[in-house]
Amino acid sequence: MTVLQRKPVNPIAHLTAEDIEVIGKELDAIRDRVMADLGERDARYIRRLIRTQRSLELGSRAVLLFSLFPPAWIVGTAGLSIAKILENMEIGHNILHGQWDWMRDPKIHSTTWEWDHVSPAEQWKHSHNELHHRYTNVIGKDNDLGYGIMRVDEDQRWHPLHLGQPLWNLINACFFEYGIAAYDLELGRNLKKGRHRDPAFRARARAVGRKIRRQVLKDYVLHPLLSGPSFLSTLAATFTANLVRNLWSHSVIMCGHFPEGVETFEKTSIEGETRGEWYLRQMLGSANISGSRLLHIMSGNLSHQIEHHLFPDLPSNRYREVVPEVRALFDRYGLKYTTGSLPRQVFSAWKKVIRFSLPNRRPRDRANNRSAPALRTSGA
Amino acid sequence: MPVCRDDRGMTTTAQPPSAPASLRRGLLRLAAAVTTPLLPDDYLDLVAPLRSGADLRGRIVEVRPETPDAATIVIQPGRDWQGHRPGQYVRLGVDVDGVRQWRSYSVTSAPAGRHGPITITVKAIPDGLVSNHLVRHAQPGTIVQLDQAQGDFVLPATPPARVLLVTAGSGITPVMGMLRSGALAGVDVTLVHSAPTAADVIFGAALRDLAAAGALRLVERHTKDDGQLSLVDLAALVPDHLERETWACGPAGLLDVLTAHWDAAGHRERLHTEQFRPTIISPGEGGTVTFGRSGVTVAADGSTPLLEAGEGAGVLMPSGCRMGICYGCVLPLRQGAVRDLRNGSLTTAVPGDGVLVQTCVSAAAGPCDLDH
Ligand SMILES: Cc1cc2nc3c(=O)[nH]c(=O)nc-3n(C[C@H](O)[C@H](O)[C@H](O)COP(=O)(O)OP(=O)(O)OC[C@H]3O[C@@H](n4cnc5c(N)ncnc54)[C@H](O)[C@@H]3O)c2cc1C
Ligand code: FES
Repeated sequence: MTVLQRKPVNPIAHLTAEDIEVIGKELDAIRDRVMADLGERDARYIRRLIRTQRSLELGSRAVLLFSLFPPAWIVGTAGLSIAKILENMEIGHNILHGQWDWMRDPKIHSTTWEWDHVSPAEQWKHSHNELHHRYTNVIGKDNDLGYGIMRVDEDQRWHPLHLGQPLWNLINACFFEYGIAAYDLELGRNLKKGRHRDPAFRARARAVGRKIRRQVLKDYVLHPLLSGPSFLSTLAATFTANLVRNLWSHSVIMCGHFPEGVETFEKTSIEGETRGEWYLRQMLGSANISGSRLLHIMSGNLSHQIEHHLFPDLPSNRYREVVPEVRALFDRYGLKYTTGSLPRQVFSAWKKVIRFSLPNRRPRDRANNRSAPALRTSGA
Repeated sequence: MPVCRDDRGMTTTAQPPSAPASLRRGLLRLAAAVTTPLLPDDYLDLVAPLRSGADLRGRIVEVRPETPDAATIVIQPGRDWQGHRPGQYVRLGVDVDGVRQWRSYSVTSAPAGRHGPITITVKAIPDGLVSNHLVRHAQPGTIVQLDQAQGDFVLPATPPARVLLVTAGSGITPVMGMLRSGALAGVDVTLVHSAPTAADVIFGAALRDLAAAGALRLVERHTKDDGQLSLVDLAALVPDHLERETWACGPAGLLDVLTAHWDAAGHRERLHTEQFRPTIISPGEGGTVTFGRSGVTVAADGSTPLLEAGEGAGVLMPSGCRMGICYGCVLPLRQGAVRDLRNGSLTTAVPGDGVLVQTCVSAAAGPCDLDH
């Protein structure tokens, strides 16, 4: 992958500035139509999902009180893993995006929701909604490109530490929620710049510390204690459930922006970006996962990453519905709609992590391409 | 002695907690640590939404049609319901098309202690979102949000000897609560009620029965035939009206006329009024924006986002993407009207609503008051 502006064949060279604004208008129209149609059915969907998730979590935790018996361990761990995945993805991620704020229910609102995750909702919303969704795939701006620890693009500078990135990525996958908390804190950058004394940073770090304490106390002390003689097996069960959830969400999220076919962008390309250009960047900077209804729900509908990036505040149950229209738009304007099965996309993303752990084969001739015109097109 | 804060933030000294109380508190904290990041309440809400300690809610038990466009809704309030005084109203939060909407409705049932069901009676107004939903689509079993009864359109502890009640349309509702309470038993009561036709009189049969039983003198005014009630009519119908302690509820026009009349006669203190419709917020272009807690008021035109208006006036505003996707800028609108700059849709709020709006894509459409 190379920043779009330096590609030998620019995939948007055929678009005029007007085309891009028309694409923007068409996407606005899709969004407005679905927003106007939201109602009872959608409210029922999210409430039922929350109810199901809570019942599943409660039931699984109850079964785990007897986790000394292997069947109970298996059933409880499986249930808890699924409950935790639903909680973080289809419920938490999407509520924190403000997808359900239109219901005006203070119990299901982006400003009041807290999730089963060590990164406090407040901090995650900042780094995810305000930074990642705004600067999607812009090198040097969007820290989701390699999470600040990996190199996933030719245009990111290579460092010997990147040699170990397949391993870092595996470790990150296992403890993904901690990785995200550190990432939301911009831990690496803040420590490197000696900002660990900065009161604002310290306050945020303390908030993360409190959240971690509460999460650990619940999962690794209280529930095991409640299980009495099953203490150790319940501890192993909650650890496994967190591990499963971490591995799963890491895989799904890697598929969103890393697979082959996804474009990246230069920092300068977003200066003075129009709404149409912003939309275009989202279209080219995201990849979907194809699969069953169950896969979509379990992935928090991030399997519809393209639609999610175009309309981050559209309720997730609606993404599936707008796919045909969005795809038709891609086709009409000759743009590549990147999608593939889960194994294929996971493989593609991992391949990239491994490939870019090594330096580029030949140094790029930067001077030559310097002036490539942003997301503007040949005509602009 | 431990010092604790009550919920108004005032510091008071408290007795040392008794053993059962501190045990209870300890258990609650333990339960919260077990369910974090949720609260035990979040789970209990799934099975017992009306229990004590939960947010106040109610369950619709029955929907009884009253007239072609009015219905009585019987609601079983949650365990923390504190009862009501006749004439008071409740704020009701109903989900219409998936969106929580809050409106006020007078309690029309007699006080039944803290456990009995209450009734409200709703008249569907043309294009009315909540009133039509309640009258035509409310289903028994539905959970609604409630607030404790409030309002001072109530009878005094010892009722006056002579009472006049002037009502129009759905304005009969708080008065029906008073009549049903029995607080006016033995009092000389005259009720002058206006409705377009006899069939439109909400509680028509019940009122006529009360009149037949001698509980009150009923003057029905069917405005389709008789025209609007005027002061001349009132003087002719109830010559001693100014001597009566009077409760009036109806459209603003009627109440304005009555208020001016009682005022001119020097008896304003004898007239008690209740209005159902807030002063109309006319959604114009732009308006003054008040940031209540920051103590800043600023004029903003209809195309300036509230976020920019606030920042321009030096208010520390929460913000994020500034393009309407992150919700980092959401603030409660306490009162007023704002227009969504993206699609022109209008959001209005009356005191108590606290509707959350995205300040980066909303502009003032009339005076508005943000809780920030
Ligand atoms: C203290 C208090 C007590 C109340 N008690 C009752 C009661 O017992 N029974 C009852 O039916 N209503 C009562 N109301 C009125 C009720 O709260 C709602 O305003 C009413 O049901 C209309 O809501 P809506 O959502 O249907 O209309 P909306 O969708 O909010 O309004 C639709 C249109 O109707 C107009 N409108 C709003 N309110 C009225 C009105 N009252 N009359 C005519 N036009 C209106 C609006 O300006 C708008 O143009 C009470 C109001 C208050 C403040
Ligand atoms: S600042 Fe992002 S929605 Fe307002």
